[in-house]
Formats: sequence, C-alpha cells, structure tokens
Amino acid sequence: MTALSVTRTGAVVRRELTDFRRSRFIVATMAIFPLIFLAVPTAAILARNAAAPSPALHREIGISLLYLLLIPVVIPSVTAAYAVVGEREQGTLEPVLATPVRREELLLGKAAAIFLPAVGVAYLMFGLFLALVRLGASAATAAAVWHAPELPGEAVFIPLLAGWAIWVGLAISAKVSDVRVAQQLGLLSSLPPIALVALASFGVLRPTFADAAGLAAALLVIDGVAYQVVSRLFDRERLIVGPGTKGAGT
Amino acid sequence: MAPAKLRSEAADSDGTGGGPAVEVHELTKVFGGRTAVDAVSFQVARGEVFGFLGPNGAGKTTTVRMLSTLITATAGAATVAGIPVAGVPVGPAQADRLRARISVMPESPGLYKRLTVAENLDFFARLYGLPGRRERIGAALAAVRLTDRADDPCGRLSKGLRQRAALARALLNDPAVMFLDEPTSGLDPAAAHEVLTLIGTLRDRGVTVFLTTHRLDEAEQLCDRVAIMNTSLRRTGRPDELRREVFQRTLAVRTAKPLARPDEVFGGLPGVRDWRAAADPPGYLLTVADPDRAAPGVIRALVTAGADVVSAGESQHTLEDVYLELAGDREAGDRGAGDRGAGA
Repeated sequence: MTALSVTRTGAVVRRELTDFRRSRFIVATMAIFPLIFLAVPTAAILARNAAAPSPALHREIGISLLYLLLIPVVIPSVTAAYAVVGEREQGTLEPVLATPVRREELLLGKAAAIFLPAVGVAYLMFGLFLALVRLGASAATAAAVWHAPELPGEAVFIPLLAGWAIWVGLAISAKVSDVRVAQQLGLLSSLPPIALVALASFGVLRPTFADAAGLAAALLVIDGVAYQVVSRLFDRERLIVGPGTKGAGT
Repeated sequence: MAPAKLRSEAADSDGTGGGPAVEVHELTKVFGGRTAVDAVSFQVARGEVFGFLGPNGAGKTTTVRMLSTLITATAGAATVAGIPVAGVPVGPAQADRLRARISVMPESPGLYKRLTVAENLDFFARLYGLPGRRERIGAALAAVRLTDRADDPCGRLSKGLRQRAALARALLNDPAVMFLDEPTSGLDPAAAHEVLTLIGTLRDRGVTVFLTTHRLDEAEQLCDRVAIMNTSLRRTGRPDELRREVFQRTLAVRTAKPLARPDEVFGGLPGVRDWRAAADPPGYLLTVADPDRAAPGVIRALVTAGADVVSAGESQHTLEDVYLELAGDREAGDRGAGDRGAGA
C-alpha cells in the first residue's frame, strides 16, 4: 500500500479549517456551547466556595469536570455530521473524489480539521475553569480543584471523546442523504456522554479510578475500530451514489 | 507558463501511445436491479471533442463516473488515457495515476463558496500534488479569463463565472482527457456562449474532451463526433453522418395554394421516391435520392400543373431530429416534425 500523502491530507485540513473559520454558524457553535458548559460548573464551584475540603465538594468537582467533558463531544458532533452529506449536497464532493486523493487522506483530513479546534477549545475551557476557580474560589476550594484526582483523566478523556464523536459523526454523515437528518443524528450521538454526566450528577453512578481507566482504554479501542469502519464507508462509489440509493443519478 | 502550452507540451506523453484516448467495450452498470448503462462500446480519438448525448436518466453521468473511476463497472472493459479503468482489477495506485491524468467537471460547479477562486484552485492543485502551483493557477485563471476575480469568494460569483472557475479547476492538472458533464446547464445564453467558446479552445490545446449534454445545439457546434445513448448506445458518428444515416434526403416545396391532385404531379417524377403533405409550413415533402437533381423536374411539373411555387429546397434535419429519432423519445407519427423547408 502506498503511503498516505501529507500534502493531500494537509490540503484537506487547511481547506476545512478555512471553511469553518468563515462560517458564522460554525464559529458561533464553537463559541456558545463551550461557554455554556464552562459557565455551569464554574458557577457551581464558586457558589459552593467551601472553607475546607469535604466529600460534597469533591463530588461537585467531579461533576463539574464531567460537564467540561461534554465540550469535546458536542462541538465535533455537528460539524462531523455535516462533513460528507454537506459536501454531497453542495456538489463539492465529486470534484474532490475525482482527484488522486485517497479516501484515508480525505477521512483523516476531515477528522483532523474537526478534532483540532474541538480539542483546542475543550482544553481552553478546561484551563479557563481552573483559572476562574483559582481567581474566584476560596483557597480550600481552589486547592481541592487543582489537586483533584480526576484532572489527569480529564486531559486524557478530552481527545478520546472528541475522537469518538468525530467518527460517529462522520459515519452518520457518510450514511445519510439529508443534512438536517445528519445533524440531528449527530446531536443524538452526543446523548450517551450527556446521560453519563446526568447519572453522575444524580449520584446514580459513582465512577472510580478503575472505572475511568477502563473507560479510557475502551474508548481508545473504539476510536481505532471506528476509524477502520468509517474508512470503509468512505468508499468513492458509496459517497458518490449516496447511501441506500440503488439507482444513481445518470 | 502560457496557458496554451500546458497541454501541447504533454500531448505526446499522455499515456495513450497514439491509441484512442478513451476505449470502451460493452461497459455495463447495474444499480440493484436497474440497468443504468447497458453494454456500451465506443472509442474517442486523441484531441477529439466527443459529445455524449441522451435524455435525463440515459446513463451519461454514470458512464462518465465509471470512466473516471468514481464508480466501478458491473461488466465490460474500458481504457482512459491508456490506463485500464474497467475489465481488470484497478488498484489504488493505478486509479490514482488515472485521476492525475484526467479531470472531471460535474454538472454542478462544486466550488467551496466561502473560499476564493484562487483558494479553491490551490486546494485542488494540492490534491493533484502539482509543482509550481501559483503559476498553474495563474495560467488556468488566464485561460478562462478570470484572473481579476481570483480573490473573490466563489459564493459571490454569478453562475456563469462559477462555471468558468470550475473549468479553470479542470484545467489545473493539464489533463489528457476532460470529462465535462452538462457544462452549460442553467446558464443564460451569454454565459453559455462564453463557456462553449472556452471549451472550443481546448481542442486547440490537444485536450480530448468528453462532453455530456442534452443541448444539441452545443453538441452540433462543438463536437467532432457524437454518441447518442439511452441506457444503451444508439448510434455514434459525426453529426452530418448521423443525419444522412438516420434520415432520407427530402425536398420541401411550398405552393401558393394546395394542389388539386398532388398524386398526379409527383407520381412518377424521376428521382422522387415518395411524397407526403406537410402541415407546418403547409407544402409537400418529397423523398429524393438527390435534391439538386430532382428539384428542376419537380418545379417543372408544378408549373405545368398550374401551381405557383413559393419555395423549394432541401429539408434540413438538425441533430435534434436525429437525437429524437434515436433516443426513442418521439412517437412514430411525429417523424416529420423536425423537417424544415429551406427557401429556394
């Protein structure tokens, strides 16, 4: 198998990022959702403002960090869901597929262009959360947040969850033929992590370190398998003819 | 680099080794249970502008997609620019080699609207891995006279300008074979004329152009040869050849008043095989071996019969008449609808 071309993959990344940057809808989505997911846990921590560490404070910190993990899930899901079906609808997909670009290059380019800003914004919000807590919370609360055992996990889960959301979004995008359906399904695909946060918030789930490590490992495997699966969905004929279309345009 | 030199420099090394630019044998595509293209065979010579005509749903786009390796053929064999694209297993490297040597301009221009014209071309130049991108983009834009709009976002261009930008994109890789799918679809007459003129200039560069269209006027104007298909191939040839093959030569005569006994006037005239009355314009259509030879005798007979001859001339069949005849869209009773009597 011939090696993938960095030039072609880079061209896809560059083109996608330029396109995102010039889309007010995408920029607004990338700005508003993270701010909401930052505001809620920050306000909760600042409101608690405990004088000393307590189990309740630790639980609040854990839930706050889970909230922040929704950012790498929600942001990429919509853009990934648009990635293929949107291009097909615009008519830009066929000229691209008529060039020597490999499907893996196209897939990786699209995934990277969604991954980089999503993960960047997620880390930025994570950093802002820590900074705001340091500036606004009591010394005890700030110390508890900054030394929370979940922090390294947060850093690890952000890219893993973003990867999962991107592969699911791209798979949806390659399989459906309507942009609106793709984006709605993309949003639905972010429900499992949201459900996880909700269950933790209500105390139904009390994940341990071992649970988190197991989940991280599982996500890593799922991301790898998902890449292979989505790569197969990026077959030229499937992308051109459209999903479930027995009679192509002639 | 001057745009006109792009192709001519590579014309001798287009991989066909002097053979046809496109060679198709029994190419077939079945989607589910529906046959979209049925055992189509034809050849396109190097540097030829080849028109691929047919009604909507005839299989034109499917054929182009098979030839450009976007979809796989169900059966049959095909070679484009000397590279097999069907009939043998086509590996990724082989498909990449072919894609580097052809360009496809689909019906929709397919430009990224938030990117400028130059950014769109730069993206595709990178996908093709072209060296000297800036020069190539400049040459392609100059070729379609779009240099001054290079920094305009494509979303702000008129439809005609977008088609020209798409044509510039198709020129970027200096293709041996260009597939143009309905390039003037939806354009106003002026914009369509511009695009057609640009396509006409491709012939001078030695580019083989495979033009799918259902606009017969543009096919007649541009194409060296045409193929008419409707799932299967109905006929291939030069437009004038097809006219001769499909229609018998006809002499159209108009008289001031209808003849009282046309049978007596036209029956037995030398060179006249058959005749019938035409409704619009009113007159008579005579099937003849040679209109020039038959016309004097016909006019003499009319004058002898006391008729005032308004006009007489060979009825000109257009490519549209040929197309309607072959594409199978016309009722048998309408066969004469395209006849046009030329003024004497």
